[in-house]
Amino acid sequence: MPDRIVIVGAGQAGGQTAVSLRLMGHKGPIVLIGDEAHVPYERPPLSKAFLAGDVGHERLYLKKPNYYGDHDIELRLNTRVTAIDRAAKTVTLGSGENLTYDKLVLAMGSRVRRLDVPGGDLPGIHYLRTLADVEEIKASLKQSARAAIVGGGYIGLEVAAVLTKLGASPVVIEVMDQVMARAMAPKVASFFEQVHRSHGVDIRLKTGVTGFEAGSDGRVAAAITNSGEKIPADLVIIGIGILPEAELAAEAGLTVENGIAVDEYGRTEDPSVFAAGDCTNHPNALLDRRLRLESVQNAVSQGKTVATAIIGKPAPYAEVPWFWSDQFDLKLQIVGLSDPTDEVVIRGSVEECKFSACYLRNGIFVAINCINTLRDFNAAKKLIAAHARPDPVTLADPDIALKEFE
Amino acid sequence: MSKIIVTDREGVTTTIEGDTGLSVMENLRDNDFPIAAICGGCCSCATCHVYVEESWFVKLPERSEDEGELLDGSGHMQPTSRLSCQIEFTDELDGLALTIAPED
Repeated sequence: MPDRIVIVGAGQAGGQTAVSLRLMGHKGPIVLIGDEAHVPYERPPLSKAFLAGDVGHERLYLKKPNYYGDHDIELRLNTRVTAIDRAAKTVTLGSGENLTYDKLVLAMGSRVRRLDVPGGDLPGIHYLRTLADVEEIKASLKQSARAAIVGGGYIGLEVAAVLTKLGASPVVIEVMDQVMARAMAPKVASFFEQVHRSHGVDIRLKTGVTGFEAGSDGRVAAAITNSGEKIPADLVIIGIGILPEAELAAEAGLTVENGIAVDEYGRTEDPSVFAAGDCTNHPNALLDRRLRLESVQNAVSQGKTVATAIIGKPAPYAEVPWFWSDQFDLKLQIVGLSDPTDEVVIRGSVEECKFSACYLRNGIFVAINCINTLRDFNAAKKLIAAHARPDPVTLADPDIALKEFE
Repeated sequence: MSKIIVTDREGVTTTIEGDTGLSVMENLRDNDFPIAAICGGCCSCATCHVYVEESWFVKLPERSEDEGELLDGSGHMQPTSRLSCQIEFTDELDGLALTIAPED
């Protein structure tokens, strides 16, 4: 009898695992369990084109809704898994029903980090992670006169750009002294801050939110900062990071250390249990360390990795992480993980909004932020994976294509 | 229904019924061709790279600057390279023939 596979989480990693298993010829039952109402969909457009109203639901779906039935994948939506019994090889659903498995894949993804302050759950305060979240935000936007965004990361800045395009003048409140601090050097971040400000976004750095105040209608009316200032806002969107959904694994006795611990094949210490995507902590031979990633590229690649391991053709996963973001007319593409102590080499023109920031660590090319420099993106990916040591002076010359480097 | 003739990386050619109103990438993805299309069609990754048969290539709207630059960074760019997410499939493209490019 071919294995019965149960996948917990119907996001990009879970969806990809199911699809890849069928593509790779797995004949046994596949059950894909998701706690949202939708078939697996792409999250990145939620804070971009979908929020802007440029695309509808159906363009976000990884596969058409009928795909799962057509490929004998049992899709159980609106369903939570509450426990795993590894000895009995079962998972328990919110309804109390138990499902048996031969192989279990944990792909629960992430959940938003919540801002635990007085007034933090007032009506009008939103987080942005799911399609349903964005539907609510879109509904609130219609009546909103003043929006505040807490967090100047990708989500906050993408939302700020979309709201501006829709005619609002949002305030972005960021606790650090720069935006997108995890992704880029201060001088690149300051370029983004200037672009946002030039479009009318009010960015407040080094500002924490200590609470929210309600108006006479009971809805949020202001965000209160650590300096005591009240920033009027009838719509608040909080984007202060995400946390791995790993409790289910921890409760089942699996090792969880900043994510569910897996090896390069997506295997946990239990030979019947695998994990993929945001919820994992995994080794990466190219980076020579373990890490947890919050990205689509990782979710998709690890989903495929787990599928290959399950069908008995394991192939190790090691890719340089990459990400993208769209804000106003800026197409941002990021490869690798930079560090505040890296040397930063700028190639191109900051004034013309077309430049790359290349990060060198002890001379080794480790990361790049491409700002409207799409030509650099794939070439940099290869150089970073190869641990190239480009000459910084040559690297700074945008007329020398990155693909010419060795 | 209008058709798309797809040659995969193993050289196997298949004809699929294309949905108009979707991109060529979405049609390839819906039919389980092995394109990653990780960025979902926003011209940010080049993982939906195809070579369009020359007689069709010339009929397509030209590449945007972004698409051209993204392809230029790929190690597999050819004169008929396109990102399939940037081609909207229409009835006028009935019979569109393409080959899936190697992965970068």
